[in-house]
Amino acid sequence: MVHVSMAVNGRPASADVDPRTLLVQFLRENLRLTGTHVGCDTSQCGACVVHVDGRAIKSCTILAASCDGAQVTTIEGLAANGKLHPMQQAFQDNHGLQCGFCTPGMIMAAVDLVNREGSNLDEAAIRHGLEGNICRCTGYHNIVRAVAQGAREMGAMSTAKAAE
Amino acid sequence: MSATGIGVSVKRKEDIRFITGKGHYVDDINRPGQAYAYFLRSPHAHATIDKIDASAALKAPGVVAILTGEDIAADKVGGLICGWMIHSKDGSPMKAGAHPALAQGKVRYVGDHVAVVIADTLAQARDAAEKITVEYGELPAAVDTATAANPGQPQIHDAAPNNTVFNWHVGDKASTDAAFAKAAHVTKLDLVNNRLIPNAIEPRAAVGEYDSGTDTITLYTTSQNPHVARLVLSAFIGLAPEHKLRVIAPDVGGGFGSKIFIYAEETVCAWAAKKIDRPVKWTAERTESFLSDAHGRDHVTHAELALDAQGKITGLRVHTIANLGAYLSTFASSVPTYLYGILLSGQYDIPVIYCEVDAVYTNTAPVDAYRGAGRPEATFVVERIVEKAARETGRDSAEFRRHNFVKTFPHQTPVILAYDVGDYSKALDKALELADYKGVAQRKAASAAKGMLRGVGFSAYIEACGLAPSAAVGSLGAGVGLWESAEVRVNPIGTVEILTGSHSHGQGHETTFAQLVSSRLGIPIDNISIVHGDTDKVQFGMGTYGSRSGAVGMAAISKALDKIETKAKKVAGHVLEASEQDIEFKDGKFSVKGTDKSIDFGSVALNAYTAHKFNGQELEPGLKETAFWDPTNFTFPAGVHICELEIDPQTGVVTIDRWTAVDDFGKLINPMIVEGQVHGGIAQGVGQALMEAAHYDGDGQLLTASYMDYCMPRADNLPSFKVDTVETPCPSNPLGIKGCGEAGAIASPPAVINAITDALGHEDVSMPATPQVVWRAAQKAVTKRAAE
Repeated sequence: MVHVSMAVNGRPASADVDPRTLLVQFLRENLRLTGTHVGCDTSQCGACVVHVDGRAIKSCTILAASCDGAQVTTIEGLAANGKLHPMQQAFQDNHGLQCGFCTPGMIMAAVDLVNREGSNLDEAAIRHGLEGNICRCTGYHNIVRAVAQGAREMGAMSTAKAAE
Repeated sequence: MSATGIGVSVKRKEDIRFITGKGHYVDDINRPGQAYAYFLRSPHAHATIDKIDASAALKAPGVVAILTGEDIAADKVGGLICGWMIHSKDGSPMKAGAHPALAQGKVRYVGDHVAVVIADTLAQARDAAEKITVEYGELPAAVDTATAANPGQPQIHDAAPNNTVFNWHVGDKASTDAAFAKAAHVTKLDLVNNRLIPNAIEPRAAVGEYDSGTDTITLYTTSQNPHVARLVLSAFIGLAPEHKLRVIAPDVGGGFGSKIFIYAEETVCAWAAKKIDRPVKWTAERTESFLSDAHGRDHVTHAELALDAQGKITGLRVHTIANLGAYLSTFASSVPTYLYGILLSGQYDIPVIYCEVDAVYTNTAPVDAYRGAGRPEATFVVERIVEKAARETGRDSAEFRRHNFVKTFPHQTPVILAYDVGDYSKALDKALELADYKGVAQRKAASAAKGMLRGVGFSAYIEACGLAPSAAVGSLGAGVGLWESAEVRVNPIGTVEILTGSHSHGQGHETTFAQLVSSRLGIPIDNISIVHGDTDKVQFGMGTYGSRSGAVGMAAISKALDKIETKAKKVAGHVLEASEQDIEFKDGKFSVKGTDKSIDFGSVALNAYTAHKFNGQELEPGLKETAFWDPTNFTFPAGVHICELEIDPQTGVVTIDRWTAVDDFGKLINPMIVEGQVHGGIAQGVGQALMEAAHYDGDGQLLTASYMDYCMPRADNLPSFKVDTVETPCPSNPLGIKGCGEAGAIASPPAVINAITDALGHEDVSMPATPQVVWRAAQKAVTKRAAE
């Protein structure tokens, strides 16, 4: 057993775990944060994407022990003060989800894409940027529209914040 | 029209839990004291099980039980069934081998279930499984669809000589052969419809739980049809009588058909939970999904089309070998027969058709319905051979089709189906315009100038869905009826619950069904809940597949709402002191004709439950009605898809430049959701055409058993789509709905292949048309052109 200790969605979380425990297992099974999903066993589907120290990570491909001391944000931590994150709202506004299973990872990846590449993303940049997330339901058409809207809203928010 | 009524693109109510990570999928469910199941699977495609030694494994830490086929047999647990009886040409019933939930005596495909290890943790179960020794007697495997029935092939089931499940046919051979004998032109085509693996992003999962106090089993399962699961588990597998078995399908992460069937793992979880008196949880790893989810398609076909001198189609004959895998899955026999052969007329007026289908066993995973289920296979045959015939006779792709379209309705095809309504030319015209077909020549020249090859491909598809009229499918061999149920519960203060037998695993029923109710009853959409997926809540239903939830599920709700309106008018009459005949109901208000006396729906509801204003013996209190809707016909969505793509002959890479879809789905409840269904279907069809294929090697090893080897379409493999509709309302249900869930996947593969072959000038390209396949074909085309 190894002791892991990190902050998840702003709250301290620690436990003694089997060293083989993946971050996604720690989140889902120890913390019962089941919004992060497991969709494959080869790190390709992206359903497990969370943010670790501000960057998108596939939580199926990192050990919980490797996240000792990290700040982890999951889909459950994205909304603030009961208000949806603009990327979440954009997915609803644009019908960017159907069964919802890939959606948490897709949203987390999209937020990270905007964080890295800015809010002025064209269709090609979005499609390329989501190459690590597989959706079987939507055909991606509405996901692209959702990410474009979410990106614009994130940009507008940070412009407004900067102006304050 | 209200902001939340029929025809409005209302945003989805269910999204809130999905975008905030608060969904309840089966793997999210944890029951106190649960144990974890891990399945030991066969590494061989075909072998006898000579000995299973679990003695070392039983001593491993945390192990609670290890169960095998012997335990299944000892507990008299029935096998997994196929619920559709197909008869061969000679009248004999199909040859179905036994399909036990844990293998007995023999394994028949890589991934076949040999034993289950149940332990306190999943890691312990997996570690213990490695300590089980199984002695197999390896046998040669029959893997290839085209040759599995040849003499001398390894015999998979004693019940099925020559690995033949059935030899089925539809249509008339004699008149079809006669038409071919006098044809001016005959086009021939050999086609393979490539085997696919559904890959819903949520892997299958199950949690079985037993309550010894009430002798009740509860099974949480990733199912598209929990009541069908309960029926099969109770009546055929014999785990418990129906009233002692609760099946819950909560949020399910996509199905596409693969979660219709009753599988070994959920059966074992339910059975084992009672046996060990602890909850048993199992979740598939993605590789297990690849190995043991029902696969799709896998047809080998020879087709011939007869034309007269004026380019009119005079006959079609088709011979297909359909691979059903190692065991018959729940609906396997229906897919290459009554969901395939009877669609072979396509949108065309074809006087005679004859289709033979030979279904074979092979040492591969069971094959069953996958989005479209038989109709993509039929459309691929028809739209490829029609295209080939057009090119061979020097006719324009669009006009050749139009020349042969069915133009008057109803239209009786020679293969059972009678199409009710449609306007195929209208959809074609709209698609040609939206696709800017006139600009194609110019765009082709521009591509050529850059050294690229541009092609345009059509697919004029029709499908039969809204499954289905019960007596009709019963006469064709179905073991179940395909009606749907709805219960409308009005609560005392006027909120409403709809208990539907349909299931939503991405289709947005919590919104679309509520739109229907809101529109009919004139109440806010937020006052309506849609309840589905639990056999303890919804009495019975047939589930969601075959594009039936709108046409059949909503029709049942509509009928129940009719009954609610009738009763509510009676109550209103008493309250308003008027005769029932004088009560009008509009926009949520009951009023007395010719007066300004009225009350709203909420007041009527309260009155129904207080029963103060009427005699409760003459008029029962309460406001709750049930309806079962049995469709009178299939529905016939149809349309035209046009794919325009560019090929780089140096690399074989295909880029889809534009996709145009014009579909006739009858009336639309929520256009946004309909478009989403079309988008998703197109993506799966493009996946089939360009990148997806399940490959088994000669020994029956699945080579494509993870996303490393099985290529799924991603965002950068697809363009945005141009989607539009025409509307000929469906005459066979009160809402005029045809259904839209599968059309995209049905239409798209031939559009892609027709486009590639148009670009290359080649007669055929196999699916998936990977860069390697396309590059090779492009080299041949260049060589051919240089030689000319």
